[in-house]
Amino acid sequence: MNQNLYHYILTIADTNLILGQRLGELCGHGPSLETDIALTNISLDLIGQTRSYFQYAASLFDEEKTEDDIAFLRKEREYRNVLLVEQPNTHFGYVMARQFLFDVFHLMFLRELENSKDETLAAIAKKGIKEASYHRRFSSDWIKRLGDGTEESHTKIQEAVNNLWRYTNELFQMTEADVAMVKEGVGVNLEALKEPYYETVSEVLKEATLEVPERKYFQKGGKEGIHTEHMGYLLSDLQYMQRAFPDMKW
Amino acid sequence: MTETKPNIQTDLIPILESVSDPEIPVLSVLDLGVIREAVKEDGVVRIKLTPTYSGCPAMDVMSDDLKAAFYKKGMQAKVQLVLSPAWTTDWISEAGKRKMEEYGIAAPLEETADKDALLGEKKVVKCTNCGSTNTHLVSQFGSTACKALFKCDDCQEPFDYFKCLK
Repeated sequence: MNQNLYHYILTIADTNLILGQRLGELCGHGPSLETDIALTNISLDLIGQTRSYFQYAASLFDEEKTEDDIAFLRKEREYRNVLLVEQPNTHFGYVMARQFLFDVFHLMFLRELENSKDETLAAIAKKGIKEASYHRRFSSDWIKRLGDGTEESHTKIQEAVNNLWRYTNELFQMTEADVAMVKEGVGVNLEALKEPYYETVSEVLKEATLEVPERKYFQKGGKEGIHTEHMGYLLSDLQYMQRAFPDMKW
Repeated sequence: MTETKPNIQTDLIPILESVSDPEIPVLSVLDLGVIREAVKEDGVVRIKLTPTYSGCPAMDVMSDDLKAAFYKKGMQAKVQLVLSPAWTTDWISEAGKRKMEEYGIAAPLEETADKDALLGEKKVVKCTNCGSTNTHLVSQFGSTACKALFKCDDCQEPFDYFKCLK
């Protein structure tokens, strides 16, 4: 099996899965019916994309493996998602800031992955672009609405952006698998996305009358399986059914 | 570049027409344009199905319904999910769009008009109840991934709009 390709797919897919799970937690708890539906719709798109990635990852094994084995039966240290997406749902502004900081990256990333030499990854990306651009529009709108809203919403969204900023740099961290996949024309050169990412994010923040944080110190570790304290709780929810009833099916 | 014409064996059409979208029951899988291939080879019907949205839960149901419909006619069907080329709302048939409107879901507009509608810049989406275009967007996300929620400012009816996807 191509270990680098497997790990490469996991890093992309786990990030989608964990954010999808976080948004799914909000089902029935959104601040209004419309936003509740929007958040779960975005969750559904992300988990749908995850399924495509995991089905592909499962097909790389010689022995029989399914998407569910990969999604539910790994340990915390084996998940390769970035730290940003595992951060908990504290308030709506925080959820939107997390979403916005991810969406801007996600869309840029998929637009590059679309040109991958790997046909399956390129096809998943092509499909995902249409969904991710819709997500980005939604979260950018909310950043502007909250930033340029009331004093309270402005303060809350600014605090959320400041707090989450430390996790943004990890999006561009190149792992061993990334380097190997870029060499093969399969992967995306993340470093090249960094400048345009911060440019786009800054533009939206300024339009939202928010300040762009000036942080020099960033957190990382997720891509190597070293997660924040929130991850274990998230996984115990995510994996509950498969752990309680092994091999259960709907 | 994009291959848009599906390869469907004519004698299989009546069976395919009997399978509908579980979320929009007036539309058959053919109206929706999600069947990209249906051919009978060595007694087995091979179907290529493409998802509307990546996470659309209706896909698994459609796949099961297709197998069941062919099984009832004494045929075995194998359904394969294909992602490329990616589905677009252009593949919904004209008859499908008409049926959708009658059902109460506004059919997708072309790309530019769709953008105007979803950004709230122009009033272009027609109310399925009274036909007025004096409507406004309530939510970019509707009851399913493929729809947005609108409301008519003349007859006050809320209705779904099928988003343009290209």
